[in-house]
Amino acid sequence: MDDFINMTVERSNVQLTKADFESDQMVKWCPGCGAHAILSAVERVFPKIGYRKENFCMVSGIGCSSRFPYYVNTYGIHGIHGRAAAIGSGVKIANPKLSTWIATGDGDSLAIGGNHFIHIIRRNVDVNIILFNNQIYGLTKGQYSPTTPMGKVTKTSPQGTIEHPFNIGELVMGAQGTFFARVPDNNISMMTEAMFEAAKHDGTSIMEILQNCIIFADKAHFDVIGKDVKDETMLVLKNGEPMVFGKNHEKGLILKDQLLEVVEVGKNGITIDDILVHDQYNPDPGIHTMLAKLAPPNFPMVFGVIRSAMFPTYDDMVEEQISQAKATSKIRNVDDLLNSGDTWEIK
Amino acid sequence: MTKKKPQVIERDNVVIKFVGDSGDGMQFSGSLFSDSAAIAGNDLATFPDFPAEIRAPQNTIAGVSGFQMHMGSSKIFTTGDMVDVLVAMNPASLRANLKWVKKGATIILDQDAFDDKSIEKAGYKQNPLLDDSLAPYQIVKAPITTLTKDSLATLGIDNKTAERSKNMFSLGILYYIFNRDLKAPFKYFEEKFKKKKELVEINKVVLQAGYNYAETIEVVESVIQVAPAKMEKGRYRNITGNVATAWGLLAASEKSGRPLFLGSYPITPATEIMMELSKHKSLGAKVFQAEDEIAGICSAIGASYTGAMACTTTSGPGLSLKSEAIGLAVITELPLIIVDVQRGGPSTGLPTKSEQSDLYQALFGRNGECPVIVIAASSSENCFNYAYMAAKLSMEHMTPTILLTDGYLGFGSALFKIPKMKDMPPINPPLAEANDKNFKPYRRDPETLVRKWAIPGTEGLRHRIGGLEKEDVTGIVSTDPMNHQVMTENRNNKVQKVADYIPLQDIDGDKTGDLLVVSWGGTYGAVHSAVKVMQEAGKKVSHAHFHYIMPLPKNTAEVLNGFKKIVVCELNSGQFVNYLRMTHPTPNYHQFNKVQGLPFMINELTEKFNQLLEEK
Repeated sequence: MDDFINMTVERSNVQLTKADFESDQMVKWCPGCGAHAILSAVERVFPKIGYRKENFCMVSGIGCSSRFPYYVNTYGIHGIHGRAAAIGSGVKIANPKLSTWIATGDGDSLAIGGNHFIHIIRRNVDVNIILFNNQIYGLTKGQYSPTTPMGKVTKTSPQGTIEHPFNIGELVMGAQGTFFARVPDNNISMMTEAMFEAAKHDGTSIMEILQNCIIFADKAHFDVIGKDVKDETMLVLKNGEPMVFGKNHEKGLILKDQLLEVVEVGKNGITIDDILVHDQYNPDPGIHTMLAKLAPPNFPMVFGVIRSAMFPTYDDMVEEQISQAKATSKIRNVDDLLNSGDTWEIK
Repeated sequence: MTKKKPQVIERDNVVIKFVGDSGDGMQFSGSLFSDSAAIAGNDLATFPDFPAEIRAPQNTIAGVSGFQMHMGSSKIFTTGDMVDVLVAMNPASLRANLKWVKKGATIILDQDAFDDKSIEKAGYKQNPLLDDSLAPYQIVKAPITTLTKDSLATLGIDNKTAERSKNMFSLGILYYIFNRDLKAPFKYFEEKFKKKKELVEINKVVLQAGYNYAETIEVVESVIQVAPAKMEKGRYRNITGNVATAWGLLAASEKSGRPLFLGSYPITPATEIMMELSKHKSLGAKVFQAEDEIAGICSAIGASYTGAMACTTTSGPGLSLKSEAIGLAVITELPLIIVDVQRGGPSTGLPTKSEQSDLYQALFGRNGECPVIVIAASSSENCFNYAYMAAKLSMEHMTPTILLTDGYLGFGSALFKIPKMKDMPPINPPLAEANDKNFKPYRRDPETLVRKWAIPGTEGLRHRIGGLEKEDVTGIVSTDPMNHQVMTENRNNKVQKVADYIPLQDIDGDKTGDLLVVSWGGTYGAVHSAVKVMQEAGKKVSHAHFHYIMPLPKNTAEVLNGFKKIVVCELNSGQFVNYLRMTHPTPNYHQFNKVQGLPFMINELTEKFNQLLEEK
């Protein structure tokens, strides 16, 4: 797990541990909330990433997810509803030496903050966004969100919602996202792996975490990530390996007539060599988008790092333009500026 | 043939306006003539007056674009009320502007532009050149389009390009009327069109042709001489308010050592500040053109948290969108400079016209008790100083600061005496030191109530702040009732204490008298000029012009108490006067207001003052 990691951020010269990132604040999420596991994953992955502890900055918006900065001992700013991506952009652009992390939710980032969400992705600002997708507004007590499945009964949809939900992966790809991972909140090691990959990735990383809200949308993801169904409903990607799932990895995905199809290895002449091999670094988002959209009942849902493509980051390009301007401009200070162009002396 | 030498008339100051279709190059003509005036030593102020549409239909009133300049041999305070010389390129622009032209003024017209269709489109019943409607003016009419084409005939220029240069012909006539040298514009052409040699030639030939035409056919009885102004010694330049604002921010960033970050979204009339700052990456300025007004301010708050001198620039509608985020900056006690270049409202209102109607919004337009520092610039050139002061106060007092300018100041230009950076006041942001054992996010300086600015990346200062109410000193999230009282008072008192660090309010004129004229922001020039008229007539009238609004200068009560009557003049329905009624109650307030998207005229002000003096 310790391959190349961004060198803009200063590394710690001592080995940090989980304790270095534990805050002294009481964690006030409901007992049984999926957010506890996400916090635990973050506290585990930050020391592994290896940056100085002063160089992590947590940013959030509003909602249950967004209390996150108070619970991690780093620099942090708890913002206003929907604006974490905008605040985080400012943090990273103004100070690229900070490893910037955003904790947000489906309401925060996809409803009120939808505009900032698509634009931070489009610009490819080098921040890591942990998106807690619990398909509900928790802090306001149970209204439907942009990811609530159609037909779901909630406090504001007593007859069922009549809205088409967002597929977050599809939205990310549509906004020209360079990194997208999907992980369940009941698998800490899969979460930490995705978080490490996100930290490694230069550009906006979106981690969709299927998170359980035990109070208002309990077991919303259990049809997919429940222990008794997950072998058939979860396909966990590994880069460079065939896309297989099933109890004995006997099922896989192939591309037929430009569409993905589930096949069984050993049946109808299908061998493991026929199965698609995952290339998370492929710059073309075509297959990545198709993978992100798969869902039961006809397909498994795809987990792990779906996309991690190399594209220039906004913050790097800002620095480049500044060094270029500094190297070529005649205006080196404000006195130069004030006296530039047409001026005249009155004696 | 001996030429009759025209008579030379000396004038203290002259108002000139260039008007035409929005594609006629009026802004270019105006700027060029202003530069020449400045080089000749005149003081001046300019203002472009253009339609909200980029290219409204040709030859219509809606499409009229203008550029007004006021130049003089003494200090110029306004862009002028009534016009002495009008250059009108078509019937629509003549008709739209005639009401602002003094009787007896000189009007330069292109008679080729007065064809039946254009006359009709302008809304004239008949050709104004043929009836006596222009009799009260000195009309200089010439077939300008034809003469322009003729002058370029030998260069083999196509008709369309030739026609586009006709503004230079009328400008040539103006150079003759004002006895101005053509060297300055020639030099300008050579620099501006370095890469298009053809344009240098075209502009030179046509400008010269206009000048020669005026001289040869003796279109005017007299040439006008405006002597150089007696100005303070020093180096000068012409500057618009928006550029001055941008430069003031750059200066504050350099002085404070805090890198400049601007998060903004384009909005008239503030956009030029963002455009200007984006040119100065060599000074380390980072300009983030955000996806909306909210992202503009929120990115600035993120940048401020990480230690940048963070700014956002906008106009009224944008300030509305930023309200919630200003609250975040207030409760997190982060420095943030918010520039509001005011325009006519509400809603989209009058985007290209000026108003002072965002004062309430700046002072009160947020949820909760949410005090910020509010200051206002009063001239295009002092936007530099007030932008600098906004940044200084915001950083030193760890409080968002709203700087109010307006469309007139922003688009308008004036001569600017170039300061030296070493003479600018110091800026000392209260940075927390690494591993400071005593550091707590909300531990305050007992004098100023200012908390420390702890920059992420610094060892030993990890902390969290945010929009939830925090416990005094520790910064832990708190809903304790008494704590909220304490923190609310702290935030308020911190802003009030800024009064100890701003200049006292000065009075122009005696400290006591019959009438104190109060104004603030962009109306300084007109109000000052009107008060001068009163004072020269021996009236006991003084003027107090406010730049610092929240908090008010400490001697405000003293200033207000010395007069029998107070009249507060503003381009809104009475926002500052009501603020004064609230903070400094006396029964003596009167108000004079105008909400037309237009500046005050000197005579309407003096009329009001005289009326107040006469009333018992």
